[in-house]
Amino acid sequence: MLSDITIGQYVHSNSIVHILDPRIKIIITIILITSLFLIGNFWGFAIFLGFNLIVIKLSQLPIKKVLRGLKPILFLVLLTLILHIFMTRGGEVLFQWKFLRIESEGLFTGTFMASRILLLIMFTSILTLTTSPLQLTDGIEYILKPFKKIGVPASEISMMMTIALRFIPTLMEEAEKIMKAQKARGADFESGNIIQRAKNLIPLLVPLFISAFRRADELALAMESRCYQGGKQRTRLHIMKLATRDIIALLLSIGLAVLVSFF
Amino acid sequence: MSLIEVNNVEFKYHGQTEPALKDINLRVEKGDFISIIGANGSGKSTLAKLLNVLLRPDKGNIIVGKHNTKDKDRIWEIRKNVGMVFQNPDNQIVATMVEDDVAFGLENIAVPSEEIRKRVDHALDLVDLSQYKKHETHKLSGGQKQRLAIAGIIAMEPSCIVLDEPTAMLDPQGRKEVIETIQFLNKEKDITIILISHFMEEASLADKVYVMNKATIKMEGTPAEVFQEIDYLRDINLDVPIVMEVANGLRKKGIKLPNILTIDGLVDSLC
Repeated sequence: MLSDITIGQYVHSNSIVHILDPRIKIIITIILITSLFLIGNFWGFAIFLGFNLIVIKLSQLPIKKVLRGLKPILFLVLLTLILHIFMTRGGEVLFQWKFLRIESEGLFTGTFMASRILLLIMFTSILTLTTSPLQLTDGIEYILKPFKKIGVPASEISMMMTIALRFIPTLMEEAEKIMKAQKARGADFESGNIIQRAKNLIPLLVPLFISAFRRADELALAMESRCYQGGKQRTRLHIMKLATRDIIALLLSIGLAVLVSFF
Repeated sequence: MSLIEVNNVEFKYHGQTEPALKDINLRVEKGDFISIIGANGSGKSTLAKLLNVLLRPDKGNIIVGKHNTKDKDRIWEIRKNVGMVFQNPDNQIVATMVEDDVAFGLENIAVPSEEIRKRVDHALDLVDLSQYKKHETHKLSGGQKQRLAIAGIIAMEPSCIVLDEPTAMLDPQGRKEVIETIQFLNKEKDITIILISHFMEEASLADKVYVMNKATIKMEGTPAEVFQEIDYLRDINLDVPIVMEVANGLRKKGIKLPNILTIDGLVDSLC
């Protein structure tokens, strides 16, 4: 069923990683990703990978789930690897066959870049796997707050994200209903080549969009009647409070970032 | 002084030739339960929107509490004071979590967090949704969604709630839940209720009924007075409840009956 699709890839649990403050988690992710680009050799990667595995262990995530997240970028990783192996020149010649030539420098850079991408995706996916979309939105709003001064509409952005998240299941249900209705009228969503299938989606998308706009209109009225005033200062039901564990996690991550940057 | 006073109001939508409302006069006292009935397009929803300053009258005045709805500085006070529940349960829920949705209005008017917590819990308790606090809103039933919308309004502690056909999209069970909640709030919490509906069974629960047709108020009175005029109500395309039809038919055959609004009432007076 369409409506069973979970939003994002969040896996619920009460592990120490899950209950960390979302703001801290986002900041840690940014710091460690930056450090990932400062790492100069494989020792750094090894330490980073070790840290990754410890975090996954702590978060009680099934390792398979994390690895499955790497699948979509596998092509990119392989492409990087192959291009570097055959194109980058330098060092000894390891292999030569007609015009194909592999040099040691190419092999090194290729594996180096590939590991960097893999680690990058692996680490960021831990963030999305352990933080619910709602918490992420709250965290992002907080982090964007200082940029309000230069005109970034932080609270509006987070309100839009909240509403989008709220309406995903509603629109999914609706899409399913329209699909059934159109099928009953003889619409065909399953056969034909890709272009034909895309064309067949028109009778689904048009009513869906019209209804989405109508919903938006009504929702705007309902929000206004409940005193929503756009960017005006709002208070929150849930106040995010930093706990000791958040500070420790942040300090550990900064320590790690400094450590791996030396390699 | 009345809670809401509507004086000679006329309103026309942009680009329309016929006014959607004309010569509307209405007086609502604190604690009243009034009902406005009328067929589609009679102007009843427009009237609701005027009370909440979603629209402003072209002519005449609407006074809510002490404030005229034309006063642009008082908009938020009026909206806080007159809450509104809409027809479509899905299109008025903003948040993914039940408690967050109740908190939405309070967050907008910058109520401090501890106070929000207290009021949210209290409001959910009043509509009997406390056990769903941490649930996702899209998983609730229609009746529960409407009760959630009501909770979101009562959390703001308004003196009046306007409900614009709140049960039109619900199944009978959901309809019952919503009507019971409305009656409870009116009787026990002394919250003024303006119920807009085209179901006469629902309207008959009110203290006073206004009948609208073609942009004006055609009749007003207690449910018993208004629902005597069965032929007129049918003329303006309202569905007359079957009990009233039966009682009316019997009366025409010469059986003496008092005003009947419910099946129980009919049974009592016949047997």
